[in-house]
Parts: sequence; structure tokens; C-alpha cells
Amino acid sequence: MSLPTPESTAARGGPAWLVAARQDAANWLATSPAPSSSAEVWRYSPIDDLDLGVFLPGATGTQARTLGGLEGIGVRIDAAALLAGASDVDGVSVSSLSAHPEGAVLLGSAAPADEFVAALSLASIDDGIVIDVPRARLSSTPIVIVHNLAGGVQARRTIVRAAPGSSVTVIEAWVGGGDTTLSAPVTELLVDDGAHVAHASIQLLDDASWHLGTVKARVGRDGVVTQLTAGLGAAYDRCRTDVTLAGQGASSVLRSTYLGTADQIHDLRTHQIHEAPRTTSDLLCKGAVTGDSRSIYTGLITMRHGASRADANQTNHNLVLSDGAHADSVPNLDIAENDVRCSHASTVGPLDEDQRFYLEARGIEPVDAERLLVRGFFTDLLERSSIIGARGVVGEVLDERLEGAGLR
Amino acid sequence: MSVLKIVGLTADVAGRHVLDGVDLEVSSGEVHVIMGPNGSGKSTLSHAIMGRPGTIVTRGSITIDGVELVGEPPSTRAKAGLFLALQQPIEVPGVSLADALVAAGASFDGIEEALASEAAAVGLRPDLLNRPLNVDLSGGEAKRNEIVQMAVLKPAFAILDEIDSGLDVDALGAVARRVEAATEEWGLGVLAVTHFHRLLEELRPDVIHVLAQGRIVETGGPELAHEIEAEGYARFLG
Repeated sequence: MSLPTPESTAARGGPAWLVAARQDAANWLATSPAPSSSAEVWRYSPIDDLDLGVFLPGATGTQARTLGGLEGIGVRIDAAALLAGASDVDGVSVSSLSAHPEGAVLLGSAAPADEFVAALSLASIDDGIVIDVPRARLSSTPIVIVHNLAGGVQARRTIVRAAPGSSVTVIEAWVGGGDTTLSAPVTELLVDDGAHVAHASIQLLDDASWHLGTVKARVGRDGVVTQLTAGLGAAYDRCRTDVTLAGQGASSVLRSTYLGTADQIHDLRTHQIHEAPRTTSDLLCKGAVTGDSRSIYTGLITMRHGASRADANQTNHNLVLSDGAHADSVPNLDIAENDVRCSHASTVGPLDEDQRFYLEARGIEPVDAERLLVRGFFTDLLERSSIIGARGVVGEVLDERLEGAGLR
Repeated sequence: MSVLKIVGLTADVAGRHVLDGVDLEVSSGEVHVIMGPNGSGKSTLSHAIMGRPGTIVTRGSITIDGVELVGEPPSTRAKAGLFLALQQPIEVPGVSLADALVAAGASFDGIEEALASEAAAVGLRPDLLNRPLNVDLSGGEAKRNEIVQMAVLKPAFAILDEIDSGLDVDALGAVARRVEAATEEWGLGVLAVTHFHRLLEELRPDVIHVLAQGRIVETGGPELAHEIEAEGYARFLG
């Protein structure tokens, strides 16, 4: 298999607008240069090793897993069942993208196919899930979507549209996968005026998979988007999270974490875009690398002209827990407005010597002190996320993986 | 009955000689106070006893009941019976007080009750026990938290490094009374480092040592503290 082409995409089904969207994306791919690590957005990444020929459809994942912690949370959506008709979850409508009357308009409305990953995803899309939250509907039931992936290029699409004054929590988890799986999902969060969307993205794929994930949010006046992203599986895990604060007073809270074991690569990209006055964004990303793993954090805060009195904070802490591991942190600011507040901080390094000493001086053996500190590093991040159910699942899997790495 | 014995201790910090041959002996149940002007080496002595990285012991010996501790990691020293209440307790995000104390050997059963009762004894607000270790505590709260940990772990010897700084008069009284009670309750031996006199009114020391330029230059009874209160350290600095 190679890149999807206009011819290959034409053979795939769905309504005409979906076929056309795939073809447009395939055209974009055909006419754009292939991604290369010499480009800034792919710096430090293994994109030059990308060989679409290895991602074969049909092969099943080698690491399908159950998520005990997700069982007790909210309502789990079965994408296949949606084709038979929309389902109602606590007053929220959940339907398939292909059958949605506004599917053509919704698809790509927050995440246009204007770069390689989004274009690859759109050219490869089968269908998607649309979550419509009616005006002023305050849903207290989290909607849980478990993407259990088989082989091939898997382009899951989730679109959450929260009407003015509504609120909803959506938790997505990626499981399964394997060395024939390239996951290229896109989640679009359309947060209207005064609405609140909480979204968690938990990537737990088999460690041989590739995952090129995108979450893009657009937030209206006084709207709030609260996010938790966790990258734990995959050989190459790229997680791009963009938030556009389009309406006055819109705000974003993002908590993001990763754990690298063996020779995994975790590549986190965040973009906080302030377009309107008094918008606020608060980002905390904490992750750790062990073994021979690597991580890249690239964070950009953009303050557009007119975003007066906007306030943005971006903090990235990376723990490097072995000699073979490596972390890069690249924070950036792009400010076109004078009357704003921006702060950013980043650290890369081993466990803190003073913290180690403090615990050891209480009688805690060095190896136990290290485990407490590593788990504490993640606990600190998770406790700052308000998406309780999702953070419990992330904590559970972190514990498993830390144990596997000899750190618990 | 245990004895903490320090003989001929010299130590460097950042390539500078700070301790220049310290001799001390503290027995169970005794309260020793080390006074001295700023820069005399008081905190370095505390750190050297506990084995803090960055404080390099170059000569001398630290023993509990004859067991040598120089060269041992801090956890081994703690297991041997030492406890250090730091002048500036370290924030440890994500790690709870109870988890740390259980990892340090405190009994899991009853840890919540023990913490609640010890917090009450030193006037630490009970909700602060749920914060990660020392995170967002005021100076005085962190000091009280150190004493709570000491009282739960029940060490043979406690080194209290400027435990009085940051405490108001009432808190200081509560902390000093808890330490004093521990000397009776389980025979705690205390080595309290301070350059203030006010701690001594509640702590009732048995022995006062004056540390100046890295050495113990004078040892005496409580009257020595009164003399320093009245006349300062000038005569020791000759």
C-alpha cells in the first residue's frame, strides 16, 4: 500500500460528499511534498522511516486489552451500531458521520486537511462519530469511545458539537493495533458560546503501532474546553493538540502526559491560539522517558492582534530516567498583541536530588524513593485534571507500564 | 538507652571547609542545643549527620551505639534511628504524607489516626495532611509537618535544624512541648540547632553547645543560653 490516491479513495463507499472529501485529501497528498524530518514540524521525529507499505488492513491487534477502569464510567458507544440510527445518551445525540444531515459541513470544520497527517486521515476515513449536545443541555454522563484497532491505516474521526450553554464529557481510548497499524485519528471539538466540553484522549495501542493523532478545538465566547491527553502506547506516538480560542473570554485547560519505555518515541505538539480578548489557556504537560525512549515536546502560544488581556501559561516538565533516554522541549511564543500575559517554563532532567534526599532521610530505600517520586510526578499531573474517570484509567495504565519498566 | 556520638567531624560544602572537628555526644532522653552565629556551620552539621548530598564529610565519625554512619546513605542512617527536621522542608509534588511515612516504615494500619492526633498536638490544620508533601504549606505549617512526621516515625534521635524559624510564639510552644514530651514518651534524644533564644524557653535543654567557625567552642548548661541572649556571640569569635 502507498498513499491513498484519488482513484483508490473513489472505490470506498459512503455519501457523495464523503467520497469527494477523501478525493480532495488524496489530491492534496499527491500534490504536496512528502513529510521530512528536515521540516520544522517533523524535527526529531522518525517520519523519514514512514513506510505506508507495512500497514496492511485486516491484521488484528496483538495487544487488545480490556480497560477495567473504563467499565464503570458513563456510556460506551459502539460505532458499528450507530449506522442503524442515532442513539441518545443523557439528552445528547450520538450518530454516525456518514448519516448525519450536516456531515459534509461538520467534517473538517475545526481540522481542515491542510497538512500531511490531517490529509492522510481524511483520505483514509471510513466514517466517524458525531456527538451533538443540544443548547443548554448539561450532560453528566461521560460518553466513552473505545477505538479497538486492527491493521491498516485507521482514520477514526470524532466530532463533538456543543451548542451554546451546553456541557459534555467525551473520553476516547485507542487500543489494539500492532506493527501493521497506522492510527491517524482526528477529533474535532466545536465548543459554542458558553459551552463546556471535557475531552480525554488516551492512547494505549500496541507498542509496535504508529499513532499520528490530532485533536483540534475551536471555542466560542465564554466557552471552555478541558482536555487530558495521554500517550502511553505505540512505537511512534505523535499527538497534536490545537485549541483556537475564537470568542471573547474563551478558555482552555490542557493536561498532557506520556511515558516512554523501551525504544518508544512520544512526540507532543500543542498550539494555543488566542484570537479574542480575555481568552485564557493553561497547559501543563509532564512526561517521562526510560530505557532508550525519546520524547519531543513542541509548544506554541499564538497571540493574535486583538487578543487583548489574554493570558496564556504553558509548562512542560520532562523526567529523564535512564542514560539511554532523551527528551527535547521546544517552547515557542508568537505574539502580535501588546496587552497580554504569557508565561512558559520547561525542564528536562533526572529526578530532583533534594526530593530524593528528603524521602531517603525519612528511611525510604533509594529504589523506593525513586518509585514514589516517579509515580508522584504523574500523580501531580493527573490530580490537576478534572476529568476524574479518564485520569483514573490513565493512572492504572501508568502503574502497569511503570511496573513493566521496573519503576514500580 | 542509645548514644549518638560525633567525633572529630570535618566537612566541606562546595569546596569550602565548614566543619573543623566537631565532637558531640547525645544520649536518649537528652536535649542538646547548638547555638551559633550565622555561618558558623549549624546547618552543615545537620546535613553532615544525615548524609545530605553536597555536604562532604572529610574526616571523623558519626555513630549510634557504635555503628558507623559516615559513608552510609540517608535511608540507612534513618533506619539506624536518625531523623532530620529540615530548616527548609522540600516540596514533593504528587507524594502524600501518609504514603511517604508508610514507605518509611510507619504502620499502614492506623496511619491516618496517628497523623490526625499528631497534627492536633502541634496545631497543624488536619486538611493540610492531605496535601502532597510540603506543597503549598507556609513556612510555619511545613515546620509543624516535620514534627508530625517525627512523632509518627519515633526515631531514636532527632536533629531539628532551626525548627523555630517561621513559627509564631504559640506554634513554637506547641512544637517544643511535643518534642519535650517525646523525650519522656520514647526517650527521644534531641539535637536542636538554633540561633534564637526563644526556642529554649519551652524546650528546656540539658546541654548548650556554642558552634563557631566550624567547632564547638563552649559547652555548658542552660545558663550559657542566657549569657548569649544578653551578650551575643562576640566572646566566642575572638
